[in-house]
Amino acid sequence: MKFGLMVSEGPYTHQASDSAYQFAKAALEKGHEIQRVFFYHDGVNNATRLTEPPQDDRHIVNRWSALAAEHQIDLVVCVAAALRRGIKDEVLAPGFRISGLGQLVDSGIKSDRLVTFGD
Amino acid sequence: MSTDPSRIKKVMFVNRKAPYGTIYALESLEVVLITATFDQDVSLVFLDDGVYELLKGQNTKAIGIKNFSPTYRALDGYDVEKLYVERESLAARGIGEEQLLVDVEVLSSAQMGELMAQQDVVLSF
Repeated sequence: MKFGLMVSEGPYTHQASDSAYQFAKAALEKGHEIQRVFFYHDGVNNATRLTEPPQDDRHIVNRWSALAAEHQIDLVVCVAAALRRGIKDEVLAPGFRISGLGQLVDSGIKSDRLVTFGD
Repeated sequence: MSTDPSRIKKVMFVNRKAPYGTIYALESLEVVLITATFDQDVSLVFLDDGVYELLKGQNTKAIGIKNFSPTYRALDGYDVEKLYVERESLAARGIGEEQLLVDVEVLSSAQMGELMAQQDVVLSF
């Protein structure tokens, strides 16, 4: 099955990004496709390479980058939500790109299921 | 399983939070306006505190945040005409349909559930 994901909460404060990551990983292991992960609302904060968690904690941002590199997943950050929150091209971690809300709608149209992670 | 990308999908936006206090309502509206340009079958649902988003006479001057409620009136111009409000949510908050700033269809919780079950995509904000 082809899945589109939306993450709408920031890292560490909320479990949304962790759950989305675990879901994506499990789906890929089962042979499903992750068509795109769209980051919206505070979810855009998952994309900044300035993130530096303590050594003994998971690195949520790098984990997304690694998954994207391994499985060619499209990680899209909403431009309007990103600019509001100071997320710009120059701070993006590898694998992320900034684009419009149309990419979320496109994901809903093209995937079999659009699964959202947030409040 | 595959999806025909040319098929029009039923996309529902579920608004369940108060208009101010968090950004969800405003950013939901932004997605709605974009989705309207994709020629999909769009509908909006307002329930829980989301019904406050449609209250007439919103004045945000004292909190220094833009009052975006006039945008709901503009949805018509984007061919977004299916607006549903949950009866129980209105009743629980003492709000009458006449206090809302747009024409809506008031549905019971059970009817709302049926409508949701018919959708291809449900985005909840």
